[in-house]
Amino acid sequence: MARIVGAINTSHVPAIGRAIAANLQDDPYWKPFFDGFPPVHAWLDKVRPDVVVVLYNDHGLNFFLDKMPTFAVGAAPEYHNADEGWGIPTLPPFKGVPGLSWHVINELVAREFDLTTCQEMLVDHAFSLPLKLLWPDAPSCPVPTVPVCINTVQYPLPSARRCYKLGKALGEAIASWDEDKRVLIVGTGGLSHQLDGERAGFVNPAFDKAFMDSLIDNPEWVTQYSNEEIVEKTGTQGIELLMWLAARAALPGKVSRVHSNYHIPISNTASGLLAMACED
Amino acid sequence: MSATKPALQIPGTRIFDSELAQKGYALNKMCFSFNSAENREAFRADEAGYARKFGLTVEQYEAVRTRNVLGLLAAGGNVYYLAKFAGILGLDVQDLGAAQTGMSKEDFKAMLVAAGKEA
Repeated sequence: MARIVGAINTSHVPAIGRAIAANLQDDPYWKPFFDGFPPVHAWLDKVRPDVVVVLYNDHGLNFFLDKMPTFAVGAAPEYHNADEGWGIPTLPPFKGVPGLSWHVINELVAREFDLTTCQEMLVDHAFSLPLKLLWPDAPSCPVPTVPVCINTVQYPLPSARRCYKLGKALGEAIASWDEDKRVLIVGTGGLSHQLDGERAGFVNPAFDKAFMDSLIDNPEWVTQYSNEEIVEKTGTQGIELLMWLAARAALPGKVSRVHSNYHIPISNTASGLLAMACED
Repeated sequence: MSATKPALQIPGTRIFDSELAQKGYALNKMCFSFNSAENREAFRADEAGYARKFGLTVEQYEAVRTRNVLGLLAAGGNVYYLAKFAGILGLDVQDLGAAQTGMSKEDFKAMLVAAGKEA
């Protein structure tokens, strides 16, 4: 049976892609962000995941408002990246795991999650950059992937409570996969930031830190809030914490903190990183 | 009152709800097309003609023509699609932040750095 080793949640700001392409890891602006990753790399070397399931949100690359799925699961042999209209550097294609994708789809639909399934799917920076941050030295992502996309574009968005349940069901589905594989969960986005409106530039470190801490011992904490309340507290794009929440919810039993990092600003964003290991 | 109307009004913040999603459809569809380099080139070559193909409203086209970020949002633009339009103009999210808050870009960036120091 498959075993979930843990989860890594990280911000996915597009500017990270430019910084990687320009080798700015030691630049004073970027160093506090990139310095968060070596302890996470060391942990990955130890747990050696065979597969990574990535919870992310599409930013208008694959999905438009003509058809906007609440939850979409990739079921492709390969996923391609694109420049997203503003010329960010692209990364090589990501290998899929159709066997796990379809297992997850079957199990989640059986558990009353009505998904959109995607045999072709472009993946944007929210999917690609976290993987590049986790495996920076490999020419292409060395671990095959299953993308799970949550709508954070058009309201109504799924509630925090619903995303928690999705994550929990996803974790149970993965654990019942009849393959002897180690699976890593990745949740991308956040933390507090607001790109649009007169309140652009809003960040809320006190809330971000409370949220990060809650994921270790009290992961349902943030489900007390409506999405509008989360936007009020974290900004229009701070709602991306839904992916962190779902990733944490996928972990069975107790977790321990492997490493965390928090830094303001990366672009307009309060950046966060939180790696959690499943306790055996 | 529509069932999807947000219960909470947040200052300086729009929830991209069903009302805005319908209002902004043509503008967002044009911006979505900018995922393709060929379409970006076609827009650069003839902005008015390109916008006409997508049926932009007068309000939307005026906001595009005048590069008015708050106007684009008021016309139903969604930031994820608008970001692709901003890319054509060579603007990043900090340019957009400055434009929306009425600050200079330097002041906007300094505000974020200051927020980090307080954290």
